[in-house]
Amino acid sequence: MAQLVKKDDDRDEEAEYSPFIGIEKGAVLQEARVFNDPQLDSRRCSQVITKLLYLLNQGETFTKVEATEVFFAVTKLFQSRDIGLRRMVYLMIKELSPSADEVIIVTSSLMKDMNSKTDMYRANAIRVLCRITDGTLLTQIERYLKQAIVDKNPVVASAALVSGIHLLQTNPEIVKRWSNEVQEAVQSRAALVQFHALALLHQIRQNDRLAVSKLVTSLTRGTVRSPLAQCLLIRYTSQVIRESGVNNQSGDRPFYDYLEGCLRHKAEMVIFEAARAITELSGVTSRELTPAITVLQLFLSSSKPVLRFAAVRTLNKVAMTHPMAVTNCNIDMESLISDQNRSIATLAITTLLKTGNESSVDRLMKQITNFMSDIADEFKIVVVEAIRSLCLKFPLKYRSLMNFLSNILREEGGFEYKKAIVDSIVILISDIPDAKESGLLHLCEFIEDCEFTYLSTQILHFLGIEGPKTSDPSKYIRYIYNRVILENATVRASAVSTLAKFGAMVDSLKPRIFILLRRCLFDGDDEVRDRATLYLSTLGGDGSVVETDEDVKEFLFGSLDVPLVNLETSLKNYIQEPSEEPFDINSVPKEVKSQPLTEKKAPGKKPTGLSAPPTGPTSTVDAYEKLLSSIPEFSSFGKLFKSSAPVELTEAETEYAVNAVKHIFDSHVVFQYNCTNTIPEILLENVSVVVDASEAAEFSELASKPLRSLPYDSPGQTFVAFEKPEGVPAVGKFSNVLRFISKEVDPSTGEADEDGVEDEYQLEDLEVVSADYVLKVGVSNFKNAWESMGPDCERVDEYGLGPRESLAEAVSTVINLLGLQPCEGTEAVPSNSRSHTCLLSGVFIGNAKVLVRLSFGIDGPKEVAMKLAVRSEDESVSDAIHEIVASG
Amino acid sequence: MAFYREACPTIKNILLLDSEGKRVAVKYYSDDWPTNSSKLAFEKSVFTKTQKTNARTEAEIAMFENNIVIYKFVQDLHFFVTGGDDENELILATVLQGFFDAVTLLLRNNVDQREALENLDLILLCLDEIVDGGMVLETDGNIIAGKVATHSMDDGAPLSEQ
Repeated sequence: MAQLVKKDDDRDEEAEYSPFIGIEKGAVLQEARVFNDPQLDSRRCSQVITKLLYLLNQGETFTKVEATEVFFAVTKLFQSRDIGLRRMVYLMIKELSPSADEVIIVTSSLMKDMNSKTDMYRANAIRVLCRITDGTLLTQIERYLKQAIVDKNPVVASAALVSGIHLLQTNPEIVKRWSNEVQEAVQSRAALVQFHALALLHQIRQNDRLAVSKLVTSLTRGTVRSPLAQCLLIRYTSQVIRESGVNNQSGDRPFYDYLEGCLRHKAEMVIFEAARAITELSGVTSRELTPAITVLQLFLSSSKPVLRFAAVRTLNKVAMTHPMAVTNCNIDMESLISDQNRSIATLAITTLLKTGNESSVDRLMKQITNFMSDIADEFKIVVVEAIRSLCLKFPLKYRSLMNFLSNILREEGGFEYKKAIVDSIVILISDIPDAKESGLLHLCEFIEDCEFTYLSTQILHFLGIEGPKTSDPSKYIRYIYNRVILENATVRASAVSTLAKFGAMVDSLKPRIFILLRRCLFDGDDEVRDRATLYLSTLGGDGSVVETDEDVKEFLFGSLDVPLVNLETSLKNYIQEPSEEPFDINSVPKEVKSQPLTEKKAPGKKPTGLSAPPTGPTSTVDAYEKLLSSIPEFSSFGKLFKSSAPVELTEAETEYAVNAVKHIFDSHVVFQYNCTNTIPEILLENVSVVVDASEAAEFSELASKPLRSLPYDSPGQTFVAFEKPEGVPAVGKFSNVLRFISKEVDPSTGEADEDGVEDEYQLEDLEVVSADYVLKVGVSNFKNAWESMGPDCERVDEYGLGPRESLAEAVSTVINLLGLQPCEGTEAVPSNSRSHTCLLSGVFIGNAKVLVRLSFGIDGPKEVAMKLAVRSEDESVSDAIHEIVASG
Repeated sequence: MAFYREACPTIKNILLLDSEGKRVAVKYYSDDWPTNSSKLAFEKSVFTKTQKTNARTEAEIAMFENNIVIYKFVQDLHFFVTGGDDENELILATVLQGFFDAVTLLLRNNVDQREALENLDLILLCLDEIVDGGMVLETDGNIIAGKVATHSMDDGAPLSEQ
């Protein structure tokens, strides 16, 4: 410690000693000329490279010219036989990431090093070469790499294997040929070689379930030397367990014994990996959980913060689904509340909140209040979420929890944090009737001093719905009208809408609301004025003829039946092409888009609270529409009703990958075949799909649009269009054959042969099913929508679904069959429930709204029965929905 | 790609910063921070938020923007290893320990900023031997240091003054 203090004192003097003080790019580039000296001073050269690397590491960049110059100079250094200098040369080449024509310059030097007697050269040369190489060069060095994988020197073998893992992303077809060598390396006695080989082998085979399962079966019985490899094996084992489907509750789960055995491994990382894997098993039983919880509990009292953190974080997750299993750890958890590491303390508290009983709530709340100010926003959000679920668990405690939430709402915090608090209060208000009035007042006070426009407008919207239903709606008016006086235009406009809602719902307030709305007519912002004028007119405040009460409420409270994203794009298109005709809201597509892959990272995170019904993310539908309307043959088909998700028509990893998208029009169907050619040596020309529609009686082929050429790895599309009876949900099965002319490509020149061969490739069948004629469109309030649709065209019937795996499985099958949008989260079936009601909504071809209420019941031997009630505006549509189920 | 990340332990970056949060040597293996300024911003936020903690005897741990950061401080040097929030914390800790041990050996127990800068070539080679493109290459500090140091014995042309 004394030394440290001294250093601080001498800081200025100290800094002088840094070898890089005053370093400057231009000067170092000048110095790099020593690389060209006929008599190389290897020490000097190393120092210059270190300086160059230092500059790059500090974020300095070289221009293209500078980089090329340095690169060429560095290649001269291969003449030196100094090992140290060579290592620096390798590093430098990797950092410069040379272009393809530059790579050629060093290839031969690196290949020489790859075959050198010095292992250090070999290992490093492999890593450098694989980092900078491209596909063609790779085929030249492939032979050496395969040898290196089974080299007796572990460093060389690891270098080749790790390079293989990276290359698999860019040149999978080459790396896959190394399977045999990699498999041999998995048996290596060197711990890390085994780890790298296992990782590569699994990646090569990851699409082949059976192979992965075999790999796991043999390795879990054999010896795995490295803890890292053991961790990998645990992950692969979990994957096999996950994919082997639902376990039978009575019998033992396959591989569980292996996971449990890993809990007694000597390496902590393996113990933890196994414990975590067990807690994440789907449908894990408490008997299976117990040994994992026991080792995690031991970690809780470790002297190492990393271990405590890992354990408490995992237990925290377990507590969400199996709170009882974690209660044994409560005493250890309590002592972690005062942990130096705030992350650990927060996780401990929130775990206790989930596992604790009603009597401990007040004490815990006090402890939390003490440290809330010390922790980062992201952890505050974790605490808020824990409190929200606690409140729902112990509704009687809502008072102290609501107080806590309103207190922290007043303190400093970022948007996400504030939003989490507001969301929690909104959920409490919705779920606990007693909490409504106090909750609304807390929200009112919050918007008096809220810097986030988004939150203010959301709260105002919510107030407009809930406020009029309270015992004394008038007390909220002041808060709302204050917004009109004090806030920015966006908030003012929302406040005007909220005032109107009070006016529509509470007759006694109407005259006073009119006065306030009239004042808004003089607002500086046109949106605010427009809204005030509109509401005064609809509510009859301007003395005009009042619309019926029903219409007013529908207008003010009804939901927009098109996804906002779609509306936005349609409006943008409308503005871009000026037209005399007014915008027609019916022209907006209603399809809810599928979730993009990026959303996958947040599993189970449902929008809650204010972020009411989920809005579809940006889409491919517009892209499809554009694509189709650009093809003259299809431009007369009218408006695109729906495009299906792509259906794979080939196995993964075949020569030609084809998937199909079904585009449904009112009286046409277009199949879009997306084709990818995965063979570099082949060029396909005149590609088309020959469709046999003999099992689809109502369809007749109209047009086909072949693809002129399909080069390697650049996807293209070919289309086939069919005619079908207008507005009818015709179904059928289509068999497909890919027909093309295949031409060989010279790999060195990239040019295709003159002559090609006609060839065919059998694809899988494509089916058009009833669900293709149904659009997923959600409604925000199902009950309202159901009642306003009325029973006129209702059709009810009962169906026996026969024996089923589980109720949840039956529910999801029917949802998929119908292709409708589940509403209000009713697609989720609580485990162990014996009956379930599921609400669905959507639009049927011909633009007919459909609402469906499914009631499921299960009896003893897993027999599931279902009552299906359909409401729509047209009997034939209701019947059509029943037809889907009856024939499905 | 998503599966590759999940199935194989992956290191997102290794940082060695000085007592003011400035770079001594850093290496990024992930595209999460595409520009130098986003890298600097991450380093700054990690440094500021960990500065006050005591990570001198045992490695400490924290979460930042869906990442787990394991860190350890010695004298005026701050060592960090970052991984995704799904990563096994103990694997990340093992990588940090390997880096730390190797640097201690290479700097002959004089683990401080000045010594590290004077032997920056060794530090950079050390980073190169621990992780390759996010994949863990080696975690044993002795072996890592051994691989880095071999050259100074061979060929009789030591690179740094011994």
